[in-house]
Amino acid sequence: MIPEIGLFSLILALLTALAQTILPLVGAATGWQAGLRVARPAAVGQFCLTVLAFGCLAWSFVHNDFSVLYVAGNSHADLPAAYRFAAVWGGHEGSLLLWLLLLTAWTLAVAVFSRRLPLAFAGRVLAVMGGISVGLLLFLLFLSNPFERLMPPAMAGRDLNPLLQDPGMIVHPPMLYMGYVGFSVAFAFAIAALLSGELDALWARWVRPWTLAAWTFLTVGILLGSAWAYYVLGWGGWWFWDPVENASFMPWLAGTALIHSLIVTERRGAFRSWTVLLAICTFSLSILGTFLVRSGVLTSVHAFAVDPGRGLYILAFMTVIVGGSLALYAWRAPTVGLGGGFSLLSRESLLLSNNVVLTVAAGSVLLGTLYPVVLDVLDWGKISIGPPYFEAVFVPLMTPAIFLMGVGPMARWKQADMPDLGRRLRVAFAVSVATAVMLPLAMPGAPRLGSPMIVLGLWLAAWSVASTAAHAAQRLTDGGGQWLRRLGRQPRAWYGMLLAHAGIGIFIAGVTLANGYEVKHELRMELGATQEAGGYQFTFASLAPTTGPNYTAQRAVFPVTRDGKPVVTLYPEKRLYTVQDMALSQADIDSGFTRDLFVALGEPVGDTAWTVRIQVKPFMTWIWTGCLLMALGGLLAAGDKRYRRAQDVAARLPKADAAPSAHAARGGA
Amino acid sequence: MLRYLLPLGAFMAMAVFLAMGLSRDPRAVPSAMIDKPAPPIDLPLLQAPAQRLDVQSLRGQVWLLNVWASWCGPCRDELPVLRDVAQRHGIPLYGLNYKDKPEDARDWLARNGNPYVASASDTDGRVGIEYGVYGVPETFVIDGAGRIRYKQLGLITPDIWRTRIQPVIEALQ
Repeated sequence: MIPEIGLFSLILALLTALAQTILPLVGAATGWQAGLRVARPAAVGQFCLTVLAFGCLAWSFVHNDFSVLYVAGNSHADLPAAYRFAAVWGGHEGSLLLWLLLLTAWTLAVAVFSRRLPLAFAGRVLAVMGGISVGLLLFLLFLSNPFERLMPPAMAGRDLNPLLQDPGMIVHPPMLYMGYVGFSVAFAFAIAALLSGELDALWARWVRPWTLAAWTFLTVGILLGSAWAYYVLGWGGWWFWDPVENASFMPWLAGTALIHSLIVTERRGAFRSWTVLLAICTFSLSILGTFLVRSGVLTSVHAFAVDPGRGLYILAFMTVIVGGSLALYAWRAPTVGLGGGFSLLSRESLLLSNNVVLTVAAGSVLLGTLYPVVLDVLDWGKISIGPPYFEAVFVPLMTPAIFLMGVGPMARWKQADMPDLGRRLRVAFAVSVATAVMLPLAMPGAPRLGSPMIVLGLWLAAWSVASTAAHAAQRLTDGGGQWLRRLGRQPRAWYGMLLAHAGIGIFIAGVTLANGYEVKHELRMELGATQEAGGYQFTFASLAPTTGPNYTAQRAVFPVTRDGKPVVTLYPEKRLYTVQDMALSQADIDSGFTRDLFVALGEPVGDTAWTVRIQVKPFMTWIWTGCLLMALGGLLAAGDKRYRRAQDVAARLPKADAAPSAHAARGGA
Repeated sequence: MLRYLLPLGAFMAMAVFLAMGLSRDPRAVPSAMIDKPAPPIDLPLLQAPAQRLDVQSLRGQVWLLNVWASWCGPCRDELPVLRDVAQRHGIPLYGLNYKDKPEDARDWLARNGNPYVASASDTDGRVGIEYGVYGVPETFVIDGAGRIRYKQLGLITPDIWRTRIQPVIEALQ
């Protein structure tokens, strides 16, 4: 009964979404007010219906209804309740439903917060989001029905993949999807702007907070996924450049370019068609990522062969959304104008170069991700081009990007002055070079100069932090006056920028030091043996069997000492999940400010010995801290008061154009 | 106008290509290297860096060169097949450890088992270029005269081994 209610509410949601798409579009085109007014209630209704459907699926999981095919395939009665709930998005059908749920939630948010937008514009935005829903709902109902019954019901269920039985599974996918789906708002605004021709500074002001919010979610989502890989996959890596990770990284890069491009559009009315194109690309990459991964196209192209319907549908859906919006772009973008002019050296030009670099980086990740897929689709074999490609492409691209990131905020709009910039940044530059050269000498072990990669990494890290600090200091002290009072007067977006840019520096420092100075040993250890690593002594003290709710395990005890003094005791486990008969190594990690101590069990060798991996990774936590700072920066900027005021202005002056210079350019429209 | 059409054009090209891929028949891999002499390898051995892999000494027998790396996911999937090839069929199997850190590669072999007679460390991928390596894994069948007779792009599944590689090797022997 419950699953049927879920299915029925999905059908109703489809009808609501159709109304939400068609009526407001007709209304906006013909000036039919009643049609436009349908958008908001339809968005609310669609959200409620999707919540109901999602609730029904979750209920089936929590109550072990193994007469539902999808539940039987992804859950088990012995699975702890929290994982039974998270198992809702453990497979293809349920994760699509989660995608839809979050899309309708974002749509609801837009419906609630767009009361001050002109009715026709809000109607178009909601219609575009409704259209995306329609595509998803058709896919769910006809090709990926999560409520399909299994007759006769299964006795127990096939269990959730043990790799996914982790707290990370509960928080990581929803966060990541919030990010992916959140970019649909910027996308819908872009399409609405292209349709209506209202693409001005005010438009950018509306879009910015939504984009920043989505970007923040995506940053946190990627961080959580990465941290999860770090302690679950068991071998101490945290980023593998595999297609699934790349799928989340591409929209992140494009989204980063987008939030910066929006600044220029808002402040100077420039880069309009570029900003719109980025908004389209960011969401398109989100779709490409989710669907390629979720349909199994990337991990195994044979999903196409197994279910050609799904593969074709995904391709058709992508073609309609991406192809349609790019066609609209080609048709309408030439009319939106160029905005204010700027010279070769200005904040605009610096932001533009950074934008181009970020876009090229996203493009190169796309290339590296699709290349193996294309070969595989053609049945040329399964290939991995792996980290060597990405590292070779990425470091040279990011070096100028990070350098420009330090210069950009210092430069004036319209026209900047090279000697002035040099004067403002020379201290930061000197400090960062000195840090990069000196810091390796201070690292544990015999003093020695860092390798070129370490010095480059440390320089970029120190430069990010030092240039940000220099910018903050100058902004607060320039022209005299009370710096303390100025501190309170700065907008939140500015603090957000400082945090995010400094976060990049912290992140790079973590990556450089963790990769450059890690100590790792993979060895055979007898019970009672001690291994030294990076100044710590790891002792394999004992090993005892233990049981969990749905697994049995061998649990080792590793007291760690330094110079004879106890530091911490680590308990790595080797688990055997009984239903799927799958062994999984659960590493134990002690995270500290300057180092992570990491122990993972490999395989038993003989009666009393095991292969063990011991690692000391310096400054690992800095990687996570850097990402958190970026996310915090995004959050602060999204909450800037200016955007709330912008909507008041919009209510009074529906045709307002905040940047005077943009008016002239609109003459060409 | 034209430049505004560029993004659409790029996307449509990708979409058309993917659509073609959906319906395309499997086909053999063309390789410029087929029937050419196998380039010399002359690289330090992974497990014994003091020694070098000498291709000349393999003259007179059919052998396999498998390109692998510890960072490559599919490489682990093809290990059972490789082990089978080396042990049951007794074909000399050599590895080219491509763009990898030797210590990572040794860890990987220790963890997953080592099917190779020996592996050469191609840390900078120089020899990989000589062999025209697209990606990892790849496998070359080299005959007694030292010529490349077959190249498998991507992992060897039991099916590919049975239907494509084994017949080639048997014909050569």
